[in-house]
Amino acid sequence: MSAERRHVIVVGAGHGGTAVTALLRQHGYAGRITLLSAESDQPYHRPPLSKPSTVATAATPELLREAEFYEIQNIDLRLGTTVQGFDAKTSSVTLDSGDVLAYDALVLATGARAITLPLPGADSAQVRTLRNLGDARWLNSRLCPGAHLVIVGAGYIGLEVAALARSRGAEVTIVEGSSRALGRSAGSDMAQWLTEYHRSRGTTIILDAVVEGFVEGQNGELAAVRINGEELACDLAVIGVGARARTELAVEAGLLCEGGVVVDDHGRTSARSVYAIGDMTMRPLAPFSGLFRLESIPSATEQARQVVADFLNLPAPAPEIPWFWSDQFDLKLQIAGLPALGQKAVVRGDLGAARFAVYHLDDADHVVAVEAMNSPGDFIAGKRFIADATVVHPDLLGDALIPLKTLMNRAIA
Amino acid sequence: MTDKIQITFRDPAGQENTVSVEPRGTVMEAAVMNNVGGIIAECGGGCSCATCHVYVDPEWFAALPEPDPTESELVEFLEDARPCSRLSCQIQLVPELDGLTVQTPDQQN
Repeated sequence: MSAERRHVIVVGAGHGGTAVTALLRQHGYAGRITLLSAESDQPYHRPPLSKPSTVATAATPELLREAEFYEIQNIDLRLGTTVQGFDAKTSSVTLDSGDVLAYDALVLATGARAITLPLPGADSAQVRTLRNLGDARWLNSRLCPGAHLVIVGAGYIGLEVAALARSRGAEVTIVEGSSRALGRSAGSDMAQWLTEYHRSRGTTIILDAVVEGFVEGQNGELAAVRINGEELACDLAVIGVGARARTELAVEAGLLCEGGVVVDDHGRTSARSVYAIGDMTMRPLAPFSGLFRLESIPSATEQARQVVADFLNLPAPAPEIPWFWSDQFDLKLQIAGLPALGQKAVVRGDLGAARFAVYHLDDADHVVAVEAMNSPGDFIAGKRFIADATVVHPDLLGDALIPLKTLMNRAIA
Repeated sequence: MTDKIQITFRDPAGQENTVSVEPRGTVMEAAVMNNVGGIIAECGGGCSCATCHVYVDPEWFAALPEPDPTESELVEFLEDARPCSRLSCQIQLVPELDGLTVQTPDQQN
């Protein structure tokens, strides 16, 4: 069979799905590529949606690729196209329009959906999650001095939106159901530091808060949020309590799913010729054991490389250390590894000067994660420590007078 | 309409790929738009990830404006850094860079 006759269909044009199409061409694949997007906008960068650096986001998103890219690369990008389902036995995808497309490989890249709260008044037009460009346009057009924004959830979305809203002059209150910020993602030292930082920038953060519902005013507008039995007046609310894998298509097609589509380290699902990547997957993560659902661009694009290598019979790419980033105010936070896997935390640097790192070590003093605040050297060094399973004595690591390079050389020797 | 400039990307095997672009944006963006391999640019140009690392040919390296401290620090700790290492998302394209040649590393990490 001529390779040119093959057809790859990618469902979802986020970072992962778009990367698959670009990588296929980079590696010389000359067959058909169809990239299906349910959204009507050209594929865009998602992280800027919650960041103040791009006030223009609402109108003009940062595109992943310029519009001509898809035509030049002969990628059939179909915007506003929803998939009704697929059949792994007949290797075909059915679109909402009724059209049926046959594939040689199908890549699911539909991401995750923001979790909503089943609370009274949560269906108000002034209560929204932040996941796509439409949400960002809504938020951007309403952030102004005097507006009071309530954010439910002190995760990364919550903190980034708080920084965005403060930079636009809005009043901000974050209400968090647990006793600390960033419970799903960061270590407690970093979470505590960030909580204090946001408070110093004028955001009210209420922990251990029970959100009971939203209260409408006389004209049906959002008037208040009810927390711990009391009403707090507000104009807008953003729900940022996490996201769930969008597995509906995969479940319906009978693929193995466990809180996400289960894939191997080539992005392969339980169905032949069906791959899945990105936030929707439960994926292996060498050298750690078990399956993980990561919500990050680096994970999605790493899986894109795995899928393309598998489909084109290329050598599998080397496993990568998971990493994440967040920009809030003038803070640049970079995280490598998984802080939750650490047994002890070591702070290195100057907390007061907002330039430090928290290293997480396992019980044998291997570095398993680093959270670097305005300290890119710690981020890169930490990534290398993790990749090399480096053992570093906590006392040396915590002594910022000992240069990182010395620690690296010592560890190698 | 400005005249286009040529940027050459050399892969680790020595294969060259010359692209013609408007002198705006960055070297990273020129690579992404033209689907040049070896430049990943996960963070989209935010100087967060260092996955757009390149080696700038020596005759061009000195002609570039100095890197800012964030870029310097990221590059300093990269495993495969060389004296002519830069992050391509921080190199702004201007007409004077017509002919710029950069090489991509064996791996972006």
